[in-house]
Amino acid sequence: MGETRYTDTHEWVRQEGEEQLVGITDHAQHELGEIVYLEVKVSAGDKLVKGKEFAVIESVKAASDVYAPISGEVTRVNDAVVQNTGLINQDAEGSAWIVAVKPTDIAEFNSMMDVAAYKKAIGEG
Amino acid sequence: MIQPEKIIYDYSAPGKRGYELPRLDVPAVDPIKVLPRTMQRSKKARLPEVSEVEVVRHFTRLSRLNYGVDIGFYPLGSCTMKYNPKINEDLARLGPFINTHPLAEEKATQGLIRLYYQLGEALLKIVGMSAITLQPTAGAHGEMVGMLIVRAYHRDRGNRRSVVLIPDSSHGTNPASATLAGYTIQEVASDERGRIDLNALRKAITPEVAAMMVTNPSTLGLFEEQMPQVAELLHEIDALLYYDGANANAIMGRTTPDAMGCDIVHLNLHKTFSTPHGGGGPGAGPVAVTEKLAPYLPVPLAVKAEGGYSFDYDRPKSIGRVQAWQGNFLVLVKALVYILTMGEEGLRQVSEDAVLNANYLRHLLKETYYFKYDYPCMHEFVASSRVLTAETGVRTLDVAKRLMDFGFHPPTVYFPLIVEEALMVEPTETEDKATLEAFANALKQIYQEAKTSPDKVKGAPYTTPVGRLDEVKAVKELDLRHKFTDA
Amino acid sequence: MSYLPLTDGERKTMLSMMGYSSIDQLFTDAGLSEKVKLGLGESMSEAEVSAHITKMAGEITSPVVSFAGAGAYDHLIPSVINHLTSRAEFYTAYTPYQPEISQGTLQAIYEYQTMICELSAMDVANASMYDGGSALAESALLSLRATNRKRILLAESIHPRYREVLHTYLSGLDAEIISIPFDQKTGMVDTACIERNSDGSSAMLLQNPNFFGVVEESAPRMAELIHRTGGLFIVSADPISLGIMEAPGNYGADIYTAEGQGLGTPLSFGGPYLGIMAGKTNLERNMPGRLVGRTTDSAGRTGYVLTLQTREQHIRRQKATSNICSNQALVALSANIFLALLGKEGIYELALQNLAKAEYAKRKLKEKGLRLCFSGANFNEFVVELPVTSAKVYKDLSKQGVVPGITLDRWYPQLKKHLLVCVTEKKTKAEIDRLADLLGRLVK
Repeated sequence: MGETRYTDTHEWVRQEGEEQLVGITDHAQHELGEIVYLEVKVSAGDKLVKGKEFAVIESVKAASDVYAPISGEVTRVNDAVVQNTGLINQDAEGSAWIVAVKPTDIAEFNSMMDVAAYKKAIGEG
Repeated sequence: MIQPEKIIYDYSAPGKRGYELPRLDVPAVDPIKVLPRTMQRSKKARLPEVSEVEVVRHFTRLSRLNYGVDIGFYPLGSCTMKYNPKINEDLARLGPFINTHPLAEEKATQGLIRLYYQLGEALLKIVGMSAITLQPTAGAHGEMVGMLIVRAYHRDRGNRRSVVLIPDSSHGTNPASATLAGYTIQEVASDERGRIDLNALRKAITPEVAAMMVTNPSTLGLFEEQMPQVAELLHEIDALLYYDGANANAIMGRTTPDAMGCDIVHLNLHKTFSTPHGGGGPGAGPVAVTEKLAPYLPVPLAVKAEGGYSFDYDRPKSIGRVQAWQGNFLVLVKALVYILTMGEEGLRQVSEDAVLNANYLRHLLKETYYFKYDYPCMHEFVASSRVLTAETGVRTLDVAKRLMDFGFHPPTVYFPLIVEEALMVEPTETEDKATLEAFANALKQIYQEAKTSPDKVKGAPYTTPVGRLDEVKAVKELDLRHKFTDA
Repeated sequence: MSYLPLTDGERKTMLSMMGYSSIDQLFTDAGLSEKVKLGLGESMSEAEVSAHITKMAGEITSPVVSFAGAGAYDHLIPSVINHLTSRAEFYTAYTPYQPEISQGTLQAIYEYQTMICELSAMDVANASMYDGGSALAESALLSLRATNRKRILLAESIHPRYREVLHTYLSGLDAEIISIPFDQKTGMVDTACIERNSDGSSAMLLQNPNFFGVVEESAPRMAELIHRTGGLFIVSADPISLGIMEAPGNYGADIYTAEGQGLGTPLSFGGPYLGIMAGKTNLERNMPGRLVGRTTDSAGRTGYVLTLQTREQHIRRQKATSNICSNQALVALSANIFLALLGKEGIYELALQNLAKAEYAKRKLKEKGLRLCFSGANFNEFVVELPVTSAKVYKDLSKQGVVPGITLDRWYPQLKKHLLVCVTEKKTKAEIDRLADLLGRLVK
């Protein structure tokens, strides 16, 4: 497994082969509580634009927009997670990735926060 | 303990009827002969078939599962759950009020338009504005009207504005309403005193800003003495200041939104003006404006001329209608009865007692709960369970549920968003001293209980018809209507 | 004063406990040192305010009989309704955000949602909107969101006030409204115009029966046309007509809206009324308004809660499906009780009576030589053509205590000699005969 990098809006990215997987962080799922709904607003073939909202995650009492941490073309949407949102609570930074992306610019990943910086940002470092 | 009540369909049996129609005194007609084939009803609606007795018992039993202001205290911040006077109910039910068609000609309805006009005039005096619409049927409806007026104003002046500012403590309807009018939202931070941060505001003011939506006192119950400066900053760039009147119960006879420099105001008649909440409505959200904005108000406006009263539809710059008729007329009657009953001195006393009650209750609680903003408040205050949560794991949610076992409706929880584990308390002026003390004692007792037996608090409520409900299940297994076993 | 329970002694005690000698001092400490004169009068006792208001009620002339409709209907109201909605546990209750002590309100809404779905053949209904006009407007907004398109098709035979409301609701947004005209002979919507404009439209909006009381028999075809190009079909229909008329959900409607005033609420000079909204199953996450769902508590007991709250303003703020907060809950309760009292057979019989009375009225008027304006079928409303201006007829008949209907030229300038006549189950044979007589005299 490659290195995971983070945004201050609680998304993560990890290189896996040609693709980069994108999801929400364990911290985010913990803050949301039990996740009941995931709406992914893009499909395979769509463009992901860094900073733009591409999904919404909901618990009973909160809704959170998910922002694209990198730009690229969506190659896959993780249907398993859409069908079973509980996976995000169980394994947010592992199997519960939301979309797989073919990135346009690898520099975007390189400029993201590493795990130490993210932990510090959320007050755990 | 009160027993749960079956769903009405469980009483249903073919052939039962709850209401008899009069005998038909004209020839019956077969719909097949009259209505086109495509519009013939294929299957009757599966409504219940029950007797009048069963209907009455069912709904009477349902009502007993409810709490209401007539039962006890609702310390809900920003809701102003004051007592609903019964004379209001009686007078709103007078025959000519309930039986008149909204399109009845003006000659026949002078009494109605006069009442409508009188309420408008009284509300204008209370807020210090020049013109008013009584059409919006809720506060949020009024907010939308206000934002559309902002839009019409700027359009008329050739201004291109796209942003509305809101404090980070604002009620959710504010950004939602501004969005309906096509604006994007920009939040302005509160300062360490819980007031609008003027420096942050100065930075947020750009040529794109159309208006700012504020409430005063704020949702923290704190008075914004700097509102005139806020107004000035906005007026300098020809932007407008909108006053959300949800907290008007604190200021009647003491100050007005006009004195604060506001241009548009909405009031909640089901809050400040005692009309009942009805379990979620109907309310009313009149909108008052300064003279320069009067042309944009919705049609129609009630006007007085030598001939009498009428509705003025000739308003070319109006934003249009937001409702098919004149507004929630019977709710308006109740509000007028209340204002006439209280009079000027009474309304001033209302605000004084509301502020006194809130400060007294805060005084009783401030050694126990955490107060992020520890200042004398107006008609409401925001406490927090933050310290308790850190020490015991018991949260505001748990405290709220345990309060039910003490016979109280909980305060507003988790709002405003800028206070963690918030408990927003507004007693109103219609609560007596003993009730406030009992409520404070209950909250203190729960605090202690959280320290000694946190699980007890976390498992509450125990004495209500149902316990905590599985809200996750309610979303994941959506069941929004009764399903019949025969498809 | 009666609603201010604090005594002067208590006020003093409370103030001094906090270190204040006067309430003015407390206000000053909180940041507010002024006082203003409002210019309102003195307080009034119950007797005085009663006299004042009753006097105003006396300045209202009620007709002996009225055939006015046009979206506000004079239907029978069972006496039970007021007794139940006057129970303090219902009308002095707050919004049911704390479900454990609001099961009465919540279960009642769940039952109401069910009955509205049954009437309209929809899968999900919300707890209410403000009125029929704003419900229609919000359904248009729903369609724009759901399809991500920017144009709606609006039938000109929809209530003119509803169309005004819709225009206002869309005025701040980037959306276009295309008017679909109606045929001057039949009174029905021109479906060819729908076909020409459906591509790229988010929805086709129809009222059925329409404002003129005409039954839109081609509604299923309209559904086909708008569905073909990926849009939604939105139908506004008088809920009482649904006693005998096909449910919109069965002829292709995706969203049903309505004015629910006829279901147990008096005319009330226009409010409070009841906005009804219901939709097909894939639309619930886009629906505005409150939704009540059934669930269980930890002991397995059935209970009801507000659900899918993440759509609403208190959570989603600027991204909410609507800004709606307070709605018309108590009026929905009246509708709920009304539908329960009438029941499956009663609503059918009620609709039949309306149809029968209107048909009888039409026959009598025709016998007297009057013409019906539109050739389409009617439920309980129709447009009559008069030999003179309807304004004059209205004036003359009003003097005799008869409101013969609603004049139309304020909205449709070409319909100066036309009257929209509504005949509900409340009109007696004698009253209908009298109307026919009075109007018949004009023909002579």
